[in-house]
Amino acid sequence: MPVIEIANLVKRYGELTAVNGVSLEINEGEVFALLGPNGAGKSTVVEILEGHRDRTSGDVSVLGLDPGKAGAEYRDQIGIVLQSSGIEDELSVLEALDVYGASYSTRRDPMEVLELVGLADRAQDRVSQLSGGQQRRIDLALGIIGTPKVLFLDEPTTGFDPSARRQSWELIDGLRDLGTTILLTTHYMDEAQHLADRVGVIVGGEIAVIGTPAELMDATGDTVVRFQVPHGANTDGLRPLGAVVEGIAVSCRTATPTKTLHELTSWALAQGVELFDLTVSRPSLEDVYLQLAVSDAQPSPAPDMPETRGQQ
Amino acid sequence: MSPRASNVALTVVQLRYQLKIFWRTPVAAFFTLVLPLVMLVLFNALFGGGSVDTGQGEWPVRQFYTGALAAFAAVSATYTNLANTVPILRDEGILKRWRGTPLPPSVYVAGMVAMGVVVALIGVVVLLGIGVVAYDLELDAAKMPAAFVTFVVGVAAFAAMGMACAAVVPNARSAPAVANATILPLAFISNVFTPLEDPPGWLDAVGDFFPLKPFVTAFQDTLHPLTDAPAFAWGRLGWVALWGVAGAIVSVKKFRWEPSAEGASPRRRRRTPAS
Repeated sequence: MPVIEIANLVKRYGELTAVNGVSLEINEGEVFALLGPNGAGKSTVVEILEGHRDRTSGDVSVLGLDPGKAGAEYRDQIGIVLQSSGIEDELSVLEALDVYGASYSTRRDPMEVLELVGLADRAQDRVSQLSGGQQRRIDLALGIIGTPKVLFLDEPTTGFDPSARRQSWELIDGLRDLGTTILLTTHYMDEAQHLADRVGVIVGGEIAVIGTPAELMDATGDTVVRFQVPHGANTDGLRPLGAVVEGIAVSCRTATPTKTLHELTSWALAQGVELFDLTVSRPSLEDVYLQLAVSDAQPSPAPDMPETRGQQ
Repeated sequence: MSPRASNVALTVVQLRYQLKIFWRTPVAAFFTLVLPLVMLVLFNALFGGGSVDTGQGEWPVRQFYTGALAAFAAVSATYTNLANTVPILRDEGILKRWRGTPLPPSVYVAGMVAMGVVVALIGVVVLLGIGVVAYDLELDAAKMPAAFVTFVVGVAAFAAMGMACAAVVPNARSAPAVANATILPLAFISNVFTPLEDPPGWLDAVGDFFPLKPFVTAFQDTLHPLTDAPAFAWGRLGWVALWGVAGAIVSVKKFRWEPSAEGASPRRRRRTPAS
């Protein structure tokens, strides 16, 4: 059953069309990742769903409510982790959870939430004393303090060190197990691949492609065979087989990997050369994403600047 | 699932935490509460010997200053305090974070305003207390209802104007300049820093037009030994209230939860002086 339904969503800022006819359904308990280059419109879509931004046209429904008109009843059921927003840093971590949690009907115990995000030992410390990554974990804690049915995560792990990212992934996996529907935006392909049941790539305000990570990788159909040949080997015979030779590196995109591999190894045996570092692999989600993002002549995706908060 | 807490209960929670934040921001506490105290002691040491007639009849300068700075502390705790703090909260994204919770926006604003009013009350009580103990100020019980009503009308109006100022300033960096540029020059022509004896007519008119002088004068009337009880200055209070209503309308129409594009700063903040 779809919990989030978006039909022909359009958002214009004057002349600029930030979101141009996005339609999307996200089911209960699903983890959906919205990928896209900077300025592609993914944050605009999420902010419209959060009720932070109005829309130009189109239909939007979350939990049966219109976020554009919904009030406290709606916000009681959702959790929001914004890309960057402050916390009253004069408060202790526990106090922040207490005051932000006060208005939810289904608030979790603050200490329990701090255990979940791995900040239990910092409960009594002032928010200002925590590092940037730890403050981001408070963001996550505040996002889930109200036991949301739908959780919006706008780039939840940007600026995290690898172990903190792992920990957040485990947390998000745990929320999924509890049945929380999660919509996240991310720049990190491995994050989408690891967390998301389905991925939508948004480019130039439109959904370019949508599917499970595996489907997206299959969508290109191709397999890539890569290997190296010894210096001085005669590679003339490789080109007719569809291979691209760059120095000693050879790569070959193919829809029929078995046949291609057979031809390549036959060539190698006939020539008496060894195929070093031979790999047969599917294109990664990143390959798919880059292909889509670049082919739309959009600015290439730039990783966000590392978070600077907490670094005085 | 427990029912959501009532708005009254939530306002109390908000007030408690807003006060906590205020006390943990030493610079704000200093400018709002300690500075008027320092001014009271200094002004009295420098000019406190004589007496002054600001319209209600002669009274000792030191008592004049007690009432004037008590009223000014109330204005600092509401107008200046909110006009400085709210834009910071907005640019930090804190207002936007609150907007995403089920807390009704009116409750959040009520908590902020209540914080300003409580701080104002503390400021007035402390200054009047010092006036009684150190400067022979006599509080007339018959005029205390008027003092209280004047205080309530004043802090409500100046809180509304503070929210209006916060709503119209572009970002947190410009907020202290705007707040101070609006209140400090007025303080000089409103019987706060200097008693006005026979000011030029136009200065009198300017002072009477803006709300600070009517509020300060109405408050001083309730402390002045020569005014008769009950000492309600309804005309002045009405004018102050009108300014308050105008402030409330502007703040409701112009209030923003989103950080301003140019003011969106790194998440760190240090509060700027509040006065």
